[in-house]
Amino acid sequence: MQFGILINEGPYNHQASDSAYLFARTAIEKGHQVPRIFFYHDGVNNSTRMAEPPQDDRNITQRWSKLAEEHGIDLVVCVAAALRRGIKDELLAPGFRISGLGQLVEMGIQYDRLVTFGD
Amino acid sequence: MSDMDMEDDGSGVVKKFMFLNRKAPHGTVYALEGLEVVLITAAFDQDVSLVFTDDGVYQLMKGIDTKGIEVKDFSKTYRALEGYDIEKLYVDRASMDARGLTEDDLIVDVTVMSDDEMKNLMAEQDVVISF
Amino acid sequence: MLHIVNKSASERSSLDSCLKLASKGSAVLLIEDAVYAATKGNAAAAKIQAAQADLKIYALGPDLAARGMAGRTLDGVNVVDYGGFVDLVAEHSNCQSWL
Repeated sequence: MQFGILINEGPYNHQASDSAYLFARTAIEKGHQVPRIFFYHDGVNNSTRMAEPPQDDRNITQRWSKLAEEHGIDLVVCVAAALRRGIKDELLAPGFRISGLGQLVEMGIQYDRLVTFGD
Repeated sequence: MSDMDMEDDGSGVVKKFMFLNRKAPHGTVYALEGLEVVLITAAFDQDVSLVFTDDGVYQLMKGIDTKGIEVKDFSKTYRALEGYDIEKLYVDRASMDARGLTEDDLIVDVTVMSDDEMKNLMAEQDVVISF
Repeated sequence: MLHIVNKSASERSSLDSCLKLASKGSAVLLIEDAVYAATKGNAAAAKIQAAQADLKIYALGPDLAARGMAGRTLDGVNVVDYGGFVDLVAEHSNCQSWL
Protein backbone atom coordinates (compact mmCIF):
# COMPACT_ATOMS: atom_id res chain seq x y z
CA MET A 1 0.00 0.00 0.00
CA GLN A 2 1.16 3.55 -0.71
CA PHE A 3 1.08 6.07 2.15
CA GLY A 4 1.46 9.80 1.77
CA ILE A 5 2.50 11.72 4.86
CA LEU A 6 1.80 15.39 5.65
CA ILE A 7 3.83 17.09 8.39
CA ASN A 8 2.53 20.41 9.68
CA GLU A 9 4.93 21.26 12.50
CA GLY A 10 8.62 22.01 12.83
CA PRO A 11 11.11 19.69 14.52
CA TYR A 12 11.77 19.64 18.29
CA ASN A 13 8.96 22.02 19.30
CA HIS A 14 6.30 19.41 18.59
CA GLN A 15 6.35 15.63 18.55
CA ALA A 16 4.73 15.61 15.11
CA SER A 17 7.86 15.02 13.05
CA ASP A 18 9.11 12.31 15.44
CA SER A 19 5.77 10.50 15.21
CA ALA A 20 5.74 10.90 11.43
CA TYR A 21 9.28 9.56 11.13
CA LEU A 22 8.54 6.46 13.20
CA PHE A 23 5.32 5.89 11.26
CA ALA A 24 7.10 6.21 7.89
CA ARG A 25 10.01 3.97 8.89
CA THR A 26 7.69 1.31 10.30
CA ALA A 27 5.42 1.38 7.25
CA ILE A 28 8.44 0.78 5.01
CA GLU A 29 9.70 -2.02 7.29
CA LYS A 30 6.30 -3.67 6.96
CA GLY A 31 6.53 -3.65 3.17
CA HIS A 32 4.45 -0.56 2.41
CA GLN A 33 5.66 2.34 0.30
CA VAL A 34 6.05 5.97 1.31
CA PRO A 35 6.73 7.64 -2.02
CA ARG A 36 6.47 11.21 -0.78
CA ILE A 37 6.37 13.22 2.44
CA PHE A 38 5.03 16.78 2.28
CA PHE A 39 6.10 19.51 4.71
CA TYR A 40 3.65 22.37 5.30
CA HIS A 41 3.10 25.22 7.80
CA ASP A 42 6.07 25.24 10.24
CA GLY A 43 6.79 21.70 9.02
CA VAL A 44 9.03 23.33 6.39
CA ASN A 45 11.58 23.88 9.19
CA ASN A 46 12.35 20.15 9.08
CA SER A 47 14.28 20.74 5.87
CA THR A 48 17.13 23.07 6.79
CA ARG A 49 20.63 21.66 6.85
CA MET A 50 21.64 24.58 9.10
CA ALA A 51 20.11 22.86 12.15
CA GLU A 52 22.68 21.66 14.68
CA PRO A 53 21.05 19.89 17.62
CA PRO A 54 23.23 18.90 20.60
CA GLN A 55 25.28 15.71 20.09
CA ASP A 56 23.17 13.68 22.51
CA ASP A 57 19.90 14.55 20.73
CA ARG A 58 18.47 13.07 17.56
CA ASN A 59 19.17 14.99 14.36
CA ILE A 60 15.70 15.16 12.86
CA THR A 61 16.71 16.67 9.53
CA GLN A 62 19.55 14.19 8.96
CA ARG A 63 17.19 11.37 9.87
CA TRP A 64 14.80 12.46 7.10
CA SER A 65 17.65 12.74 4.60
CA LYS A 66 18.89 9.25 5.43
CA LEU A 67 15.44 7.66 5.24
CA ALA A 68 14.85 9.38 1.91
CA GLU A 69 18.15 8.22 0.50
CA GLU A 70 17.65 4.62 1.62
CA HIS A 71 14.08 4.30 0.37
CA GLY A 72 13.78 6.83 -2.44
CA ILE A 73 11.33 9.09 -0.63
CA ASP A 74 10.49 12.43 -2.24
CA LEU A 75 10.74 15.05 0.55
CA VAL A 76 8.72 18.04 -0.65
CA VAL A 77 8.69 21.40 1.11
CA CYS A 78 5.83 23.79 0.26
CA VAL A 79 7.21 26.80 -1.58
CA ALA A 80 4.84 29.43 -0.17
CA ALA A 81 5.20 28.19 3.41
CA ALA A 82 9.00 27.91 2.99
CA LEU A 83 9.52 31.40 1.58
CA ARG A 84 7.39 32.89 4.37
CA ARG A 85 9.77 31.30 6.87
CA GLY A 86 13.08 31.97 5.15
CA ILE A 87 13.65 28.44 3.88
CA LYS A 88 15.35 28.56 0.48
CA ASP A 89 16.95 26.06 -1.90
CA GLU A 90 20.46 26.81 -0.71
CA LEU A 91 19.50 25.84 2.86
CA LEU A 92 17.94 22.47 2.05
CA ALA A 93 19.37 19.25 3.45
CA PRO A 94 19.95 16.33 1.03
CA GLY A 95 16.77 14.73 -0.30
CA PHE A 96 14.54 17.77 0.19
CA ARG A 97 13.15 19.88 -2.64
CA ILE A 98 10.88 22.92 -2.73
CA SER A 99 7.68 22.69 -4.78
CA GLY A 100 4.04 23.70 -4.86
CA LEU A 101 0.96 22.60 -2.95
CA GLY A 102 -0.08 20.61 -6.00
CA GLN A 103 2.38 17.97 -4.82
CA LEU A 104 0.30 17.55 -1.66
CA VAL A 105 -2.96 17.28 -3.58
CA GLU A 106 -1.36 14.66 -5.85
CA MET A 107 -0.55 12.53 -2.81
CA GLY A 108 -4.23 12.57 -1.86
CA ILE A 109 -5.27 11.65 -5.38
CA GLN A 110 -2.68 9.01 -6.17
CA TYR A 111 -1.87 7.21 -2.91
CA ASP A 112 -4.01 4.81 -0.89
CA ARG A 113 -3.83 6.82 2.32
CA LEU A 114 -2.82 10.30 3.48
CA VAL A 115 -1.78 10.57 7.13
CA THR A 116 -1.34 13.99 8.77
CA PHE A 117 0.93 14.77 11.70
CA GLY A 118 0.60 18.18 13.33
CA ASP A 119 -0.19 20.12 16.45
CA MET B 1 -1.80 31.10 -8.39
CA SER B 2 -2.44 32.33 -11.93
CA ASP B 3 -1.98 28.90 -13.48
CA MET B 4 -4.38 27.19 -11.13
CA ASP B 5 -6.90 26.17 -13.74
CA MET B 6 -4.27 24.17 -15.63
CA GLU B 7 -3.41 21.84 -12.76
CA ASP B 8 -3.83 18.17 -13.55
CA ASP B 9 -2.12 15.12 -12.17
CA GLY B 10 -2.89 13.32 -15.43
CA SER B 11 -4.77 10.44 -13.84
CA GLY B 12 -8.32 11.71 -14.34
CA VAL B 13 -9.11 10.38 -10.87
CA VAL B 14 -11.61 12.41 -8.87
CA LYS B 15 -11.56 11.83 -5.15
CA LYS B 16 -13.65 13.25 -2.34
CA PHE B 17 -11.52 15.65 -0.30
CA MET B 18 -12.80 17.06 2.96
CA PHE B 19 -11.08 19.98 4.64
CA LEU B 20 -11.99 20.17 8.28
CA ASN B 21 -11.40 23.64 9.70
CA ARG B 22 -11.37 23.55 13.49
CA LYS B 23 -9.30 26.60 14.32
CA ALA B 24 -10.10 30.27 14.66
CA PRO B 25 -8.41 32.72 12.26
CA HIS B 26 -5.37 34.90 13.13
CA GLY B 27 -4.34 33.28 16.43
CA THR B 28 -2.49 30.69 14.36
CA VAL B 29 -1.72 30.43 10.65
CA TYR B 30 -3.67 27.23 10.00
CA ALA B 31 -6.85 28.84 8.66
CA LEU B 32 -4.97 31.00 6.15
CA GLU B 33 -2.56 28.34 4.90
CA GLY B 34 -5.34 25.75 4.94
CA LEU B 35 -7.37 27.87 2.59
CA GLU B 36 -4.47 27.85 0.14
CA VAL B 37 -4.61 24.05 0.00
CA VAL B 38 -8.36 24.16 -0.60
CA LEU B 39 -7.94 26.42 -3.63
CA ILE B 40 -5.23 24.24 -5.15
CA THR B 41 -7.26 21.07 -4.59
CA ALA B 42 -10.20 22.57 -6.46
CA ALA B 43 -7.84 23.43 -9.34
CA PHE B 44 -7.14 19.69 -9.64
CA ASP B 45 -10.87 19.19 -10.29
CA GLN B 46 -11.41 17.18 -7.13
CA ASP B 47 -14.69 16.86 -5.22
CA VAL B 48 -14.06 19.32 -2.38
CA SER B 49 -16.11 19.70 0.81
CA LEU B 50 -15.22 22.42 3.25
CA VAL B 51 -16.34 21.88 6.83
CA PHE B 52 -16.20 24.42 9.64
CA THR B 53 -16.54 23.06 13.13
CA ASP B 54 -15.51 24.05 16.66
CA ASP B 55 -13.65 27.41 16.55
CA GLY B 56 -13.34 26.98 12.76
CA VAL B 57 -16.79 28.56 12.40
CA TYR B 58 -15.23 31.86 13.52
CA GLN B 59 -13.31 31.96 10.22
CA LEU B 60 -16.58 32.84 8.48
CA MET B 61 -17.59 35.83 10.59
CA LYS B 62 -19.01 38.87 8.81
CA GLY B 63 -17.38 42.18 9.62
CA ILE B 64 -13.84 40.93 10.14
CA ASP B 65 -11.49 43.93 10.21
CA THR B 66 -7.78 43.07 10.55
CA LYS B 67 -6.37 46.58 10.08
CA GLY B 68 -5.66 46.97 13.79
CA ILE B 69 -3.58 43.79 13.98
CA GLU B 70 -1.84 44.47 10.65
CA VAL B 71 -2.40 41.04 9.12
CA LYS B 72 -4.04 40.00 5.87
CA ASP B 73 -7.84 39.70 5.87
CA PHE B 74 -8.41 36.45 4.03
CA SER B 75 -12.06 36.16 4.98
CA LYS B 76 -13.02 37.68 1.63
CA THR B 77 -11.51 34.64 -0.08
CA TYR B 78 -14.39 32.53 1.24
CA ARG B 79 -16.75 34.64 -0.85
CA ALA B 80 -14.63 33.90 -3.93
CA LEU B 81 -14.76 30.13 -3.48
CA GLU B 82 -17.71 29.80 -5.81
CA GLY B 83 -15.45 30.98 -8.62
CA TYR B 84 -13.27 27.95 -7.93
CA ASP B 85 -16.33 25.66 -8.10
CA ILE B 86 -16.20 25.10 -4.36
CA GLU B 87 -19.83 25.13 -3.35
CA LYS B 88 -19.98 22.54 -0.60
CA LEU B 89 -19.56 24.55 2.58
CA TYR B 90 -20.80 23.01 5.80
CA VAL B 91 -20.93 24.10 9.41
CA ASP B 92 -22.05 22.00 12.32
CA ARG B 93 -25.07 23.13 14.27
CA ALA B 94 -23.64 22.36 17.69
CA SER B 95 -20.52 24.47 17.06
CA MET B 96 -22.69 27.42 15.97
CA ASP B 97 -24.98 27.06 19.00
CA ALA B 98 -22.04 26.83 21.39
CA ARG B 99 -20.79 30.19 20.09
CA GLY B 100 -24.09 32.05 19.91
CA LEU B 101 -23.91 32.25 16.11
CA THR B 102 -26.51 31.91 13.39
CA GLU B 103 -26.17 31.72 9.60
CA ASP B 104 -26.84 35.49 9.48
CA ASP B 105 -23.49 36.05 11.18
CA LEU B 106 -21.56 34.31 8.40
CA ILE B 107 -19.96 35.85 5.33
CA VAL B 108 -21.06 33.05 2.96
CA ASP B 109 -23.99 30.70 2.47
CA VAL B 110 -23.43 27.42 4.26
CA THR B 111 -25.32 24.21 4.88
CA VAL B 112 -25.89 23.69 8.58
CA MET B 113 -25.56 20.04 9.59
CA SER B 114 -26.48 17.91 12.56
CA ASP B 115 -23.90 15.61 14.12
CA ASP B 116 -25.36 12.61 12.29
CA GLU B 117 -25.25 14.37 8.93
CA MET B 118 -21.65 15.36 9.61
CA LYS B 119 -20.74 11.79 10.52
CA ASN B 120 -22.16 10.51 7.25
CA LEU B 121 -20.39 13.18 5.22
CA MET B 122 -17.07 12.38 6.85
CA ALA B 123 -17.42 8.64 6.40
CA GLU B 124 -17.87 8.94 2.63
CA GLN B 125 -14.63 10.93 2.06
CA ASP B 126 -11.48 9.52 0.47
CA VAL B 127 -9.15 12.10 1.99
CA VAL B 128 -9.72 14.20 5.12
CA ILE B 129 -7.30 17.00 5.90
CA SER B 130 -7.68 18.92 9.12
CA PHE B 131 -6.33 22.42 9.70
CA MET C 1 -12.65 5.27 9.46
CA LEU C 2 -9.62 5.73 11.69
CA HIS C 3 -9.57 8.85 13.86
CA ILE C 4 -6.22 9.94 15.26
CA VAL C 5 -6.09 12.25 18.29
CA ASN C 6 -2.79 13.65 19.55
CA LYS C 7 -3.59 16.28 22.18
CA SER C 8 -4.28 16.01 25.90
CA ALA C 9 -8.00 16.10 26.66
CA SER C 10 -7.16 18.41 29.58
CA GLU C 11 -5.82 21.02 27.19
CA ARG C 12 -7.79 20.78 23.94
CA SER C 13 -11.25 19.85 22.74
CA SER C 14 -10.04 17.57 19.95
CA LEU C 15 -10.92 14.34 21.77
CA ASP C 16 -14.43 15.62 22.50
CA SER C 17 -14.91 16.68 18.88
CA CYS C 18 -13.62 13.35 17.64
CA LEU C 19 -15.88 11.32 19.91
CA LYS C 20 -18.85 13.50 18.92
CA LEU C 21 -18.38 13.00 15.18
CA ALA C 22 -16.91 9.49 14.94
CA SER C 23 -19.43 7.07 13.41
CA LYS C 24 -20.35 3.86 15.16
CA GLY C 25 -17.78 1.16 14.39
CA SER C 26 -14.95 3.63 13.81
CA ALA C 27 -11.55 3.30 15.44
CA VAL C 28 -9.92 6.01 17.53
CA LEU C 29 -6.15 5.94 18.02
CA LEU C 30 -4.69 8.08 20.80
CA ILE C 31 -1.08 9.16 20.25
CA GLU C 32 1.35 11.67 21.77
CA ASP C 33 -0.29 13.65 24.62
CA ALA C 34 -3.72 12.15 23.87
CA VAL C 35 -2.73 8.84 25.48
CA TYR C 36 -3.30 10.22 28.98
CA ALA C 37 -7.06 10.16 28.33
CA ALA C 38 -6.97 6.37 28.17
CA THR C 39 -5.35 5.91 31.59
CA LYS C 40 -7.05 4.96 34.85
CA GLY C 41 -8.09 7.88 37.02
CA ASN C 42 -7.78 10.53 34.29
CA ALA C 43 -10.66 13.00 34.16
CA ALA C 44 -11.33 11.96 30.55
CA ALA C 45 -11.47 8.25 31.36
CA ALA C 46 -15.26 8.25 31.69
CA LYS C 47 -15.60 9.65 28.16
CA ILE C 48 -13.36 6.93 26.80
CA GLN C 49 -15.29 4.24 28.66
CA ALA C 50 -18.61 5.57 27.39
CA ALA C 51 -17.26 5.73 23.83
CA GLN C 52 -16.16 2.10 23.94
CA ALA C 53 -19.76 1.00 23.37
CA ASP C 54 -19.65 2.29 19.80
CA LEU C 55 -15.96 2.80 19.00
CA LYS C 56 -12.76 0.81 19.20
CA ILE C 57 -10.20 2.72 21.23
CA TYR C 58 -6.46 2.24 20.71
CA ALA C 59 -3.48 3.91 22.40
CA LEU C 60 0.09 4.04 21.11
CA GLY C 61 2.31 2.03 23.48
CA PRO C 62 5.59 3.90 22.91
CA ASP C 63 3.84 7.19 23.76
CA LEU C 64 2.36 5.66 26.95
CA ALA C 65 5.77 4.31 27.97
CA ALA C 66 7.50 7.62 27.25
CA ARG C 67 5.10 9.27 29.68
CA GLY C 68 5.37 6.74 32.49
CA MET C 69 1.87 5.51 31.69
CA ALA C 70 2.56 1.95 30.52
CA GLY C 71 0.33 -0.50 32.34
CA ARG C 72 -2.11 2.18 33.44
CA THR C 73 -4.51 1.98 30.51
CA LEU C 74 -8.23 1.46 30.97
CA ASP C 75 -9.67 -2.00 30.44
CA GLY C 76 -10.68 -2.55 26.84
CA VAL C 77 -8.22 -0.02 25.41
CA ASN C 78 -6.00 -1.76 22.87
CA VAL C 79 -2.34 -0.79 23.17
CA VAL C 80 -0.52 -0.94 19.84
CA ASP C 81 3.05 -0.28 18.72
CA TYR C 82 4.01 1.62 15.56
CA GLY C 83 3.43 -1.55 13.54
CA GLY C 84 -0.11 -1.60 14.89
CA PHE C 85 -0.49 2.10 13.99
CA VAL C 86 0.49 1.32 10.40
CA ASP C 87 -1.90 -1.65 10.31
CA LEU C 88 -4.78 0.52 11.57
CA VAL C 89 -4.19 3.07 8.80
CA ALA C 90 -4.02 0.28 6.22
CA GLU C 91 -7.13 -1.51 7.49
CA HIS C 92 -9.41 1.54 7.42
CA SER C 93 -10.46 3.10 4.14
CA ASN C 94 -9.70 6.64 5.34
CA CYS C 95 -8.22 8.42 8.32
CA GLN C 96 -8.55 11.79 9.98
CA SER C 97 -6.12 13.51 12.33
CA TRP C 98 -7.95 15.78 14.79
CA LEU C 99 -5.44 18.61 14.88
